[in-house]
Amino acid sequence: MLSIKNLHASIEGTPILRGINLEVKAGEVHAIMGPNGSGKSTLASVLAGREEYEVTEGEVFFQGKELLELSPEDRAREGVFLAFQYPIEIPGVSTTNFLRTALNQVREYRGLEPLDAVKFLSLMKEKMALVEIDQKLLSRSLNEGFSGGEKKRNEIFQMAMLEPVLSILDETDSGLDIDALRIVSNGVNKLKSKKSATIVVTHYQRLLDYIVPDFVHVLYKGRIVKSGTKELALELEEKGYDWIKEEVDSTATV
Amino acid sequence: MSTLTKSTFVSGLFEVLPNTFSSLRQIGKENFYVQGFPSLKDEEYKFTPIAKKLETGLTNFSPAIPVIISAEQINKAVPTGFEGVVLVFSNGKFLPELSSSVDGLTVNFLSKNESTPIGSIAKAEKDPFVALNQATFIDGICISIEKKKEITLPILLLQFHQAAEGQVISPRIWIEAGDFAKASFIDYSISLDNSPYFVNKVVEIKGGIHTDLTYHSLQEENNQVIQVNALVTDIQQDSQFTSTQITLSGDLVRNNLTLNLLGSNSVGNMFGIYLLNGKTHVDNHTNVDHTLPHAESNELYKGILADQSRGVFNGKIFVRQAAQKTNAFQQNNNILLSEDAIINTKPQLEIWADDVKCSHGCTVGQLDEEALFYLQARGIDKTTARGLLLYAFAGEVLEKIELESLRNFITTKIQERLGSKF
Repeated sequence: MLSIKNLHASIEGTPILRGINLEVKAGEVHAIMGPNGSGKSTLASVLAGREEYEVTEGEVFFQGKELLELSPEDRAREGVFLAFQYPIEIPGVSTTNFLRTALNQVREYRGLEPLDAVKFLSLMKEKMALVEIDQKLLSRSLNEGFSGGEKKRNEIFQMAMLEPVLSILDETDSGLDIDALRIVSNGVNKLKSKKSATIVVTHYQRLLDYIVPDFVHVLYKGRIVKSGTKELALELEEKGYDWIKEEVDSTATV
Repeated sequence: MSTLTKSTFVSGLFEVLPNTFSSLRQIGKENFYVQGFPSLKDEEYKFTPIAKKLETGLTNFSPAIPVIISAEQINKAVPTGFEGVVLVFSNGKFLPELSSSVDGLTVNFLSKNESTPIGSIAKAEKDPFVALNQATFIDGICISIEKKKEITLPILLLQFHQAAEGQVISPRIWIEAGDFAKASFIDYSISLDNSPYFVNKVVEIKGGIHTDLTYHSLQEENNQVIQVNALVTDIQQDSQFTSTQITLSGDLVRNNLTLNLLGSNSVGNMFGIYLLNGKTHVDNHTNVDHTLPHAESNELYKGILADQSRGVFNGKIFVRQAAQKTNAFQQNNNILLSEDAIINTKPQLEIWADDVKCSHGCTVGQLDEEALFYLQARGIDKTTARGLLLYAFAGEVLEKIELESLRNFITTKIQERLGSKF
């Protein structure tokens, strides 16, 4: 479904990603872990199409299409969803209004009829239950004055509404207490299917107790330096990242 | 003040004056000649080169005569869903045969009612444009609202403008509301074609005690029009006055808004949106004068400026020594969409009382790129996303418009603009 080949990206001339290779198939959950500053969030941003990053080398295929050629909105319409690490507060735009605009643009792109107000509302009610989010919250300005947990739940709610093929969760666990973490993870798990895939970007293993990955990759200095199964995450939790850093840095100097 | 701006090129205006209000016109003329058109050296016109614009932009400084207005033109101009009184004007002249009325409302020509104390609220000695209007207005109207009358229907003043190259239109409006009266006005000015002209309008509003008056002004004239609008109002005790100023186009627009809070427990609200593109220049000067204790003023102006447009905002709050327990709030926020757009914004507070709450703030920024990306990342195209964000920015002011048909009308206009040009 997703094929990343030798991806290099930089911001304002500073290289951040230095040759990422990754294959993600339908039905899989991949965790991307790594120390701070390793390029995890950059990878998520580049896939979603954030303009500040310049892709200097490599290619990304998503369901056979060259993802990097597409605008951010077309990536979303093709089925890529980025759950933001820091969801943006947008005063004056209600979640409901914004999501209806988004959903209908996505549906139009996919050749589907727009949803009328009634159908949209019933879809919303169904998905709201998934992340235990209150309707009152959704009629308020998008993320404005939301708590950390509410913002993250809103991200997963949006994901549920847009039914993506590939979901990228960027540090979705940051700033969540254990209850919120459980609710958010439950939502993500319920949305998983054989046709969709998930990339979980996280610093901590904790989230992976809830969203169990098929593969774990460690990112360091802009490359995937180690891949394994969920046991690798447990090992990282126990031993930290230093041993991997040493391993990589020592081979690099040889 | 150059001698050129004082004399020669305006003389055409003074040639044939109506024989009504003759002493008042004389006072206006004298005051105009004393003050002249303000130059850029005048602090109040520092950023708005009105004199230069008038000298170079107008070749025919003479009064415009009314043109014929058709029923179709009126139907086209009235907002969809609008239910209320319509007063039709052509180049400042009231057309009673095309207008409607309602119980409690009286509309008269000023020429038929020379006892109207025009000039007592908007004072010729304080403003050269008010002076010029006072000297040269052709006719005007006085609108009275009966004491204790709450007029629930909005009153729409449809101002059609069409003048030959560079003529002057000088509307003059006097509004008087008896004690406990309530009314809401919409002053909508429209160009009938694309020729340049100069509108120099004066609106005076005198409210009794315990009145609730709203004056919306929607400016959508062609991009060759120069206009100066003065709205001056005296607000008595326990009264509320709200001004909403929406400017969507024009060449050079200057709005002078003055609220005199003359009683305790009075409230003055000043809201505005300017949505500018091309080379439009809009200058909003507001002035609120707190004279007695326990009065309140609220001000919120929002600007969106594209292309080479220019905005000026100057908000003066004057709190006199007697005006203890004053609450005065002022906010002006701007989004610049191009590198060539300019905004000059200035709060100006003069506070002589020592127990007051005053706040002010102005911001100038660009469209939030992070927010734009967030919306795009959910599948919304860039144009729509920009429109959504800009609309949300202006929305805070639109929400203040209580009249639903007007709010929808303006909302649609703004959305159309934001969806296309911006």
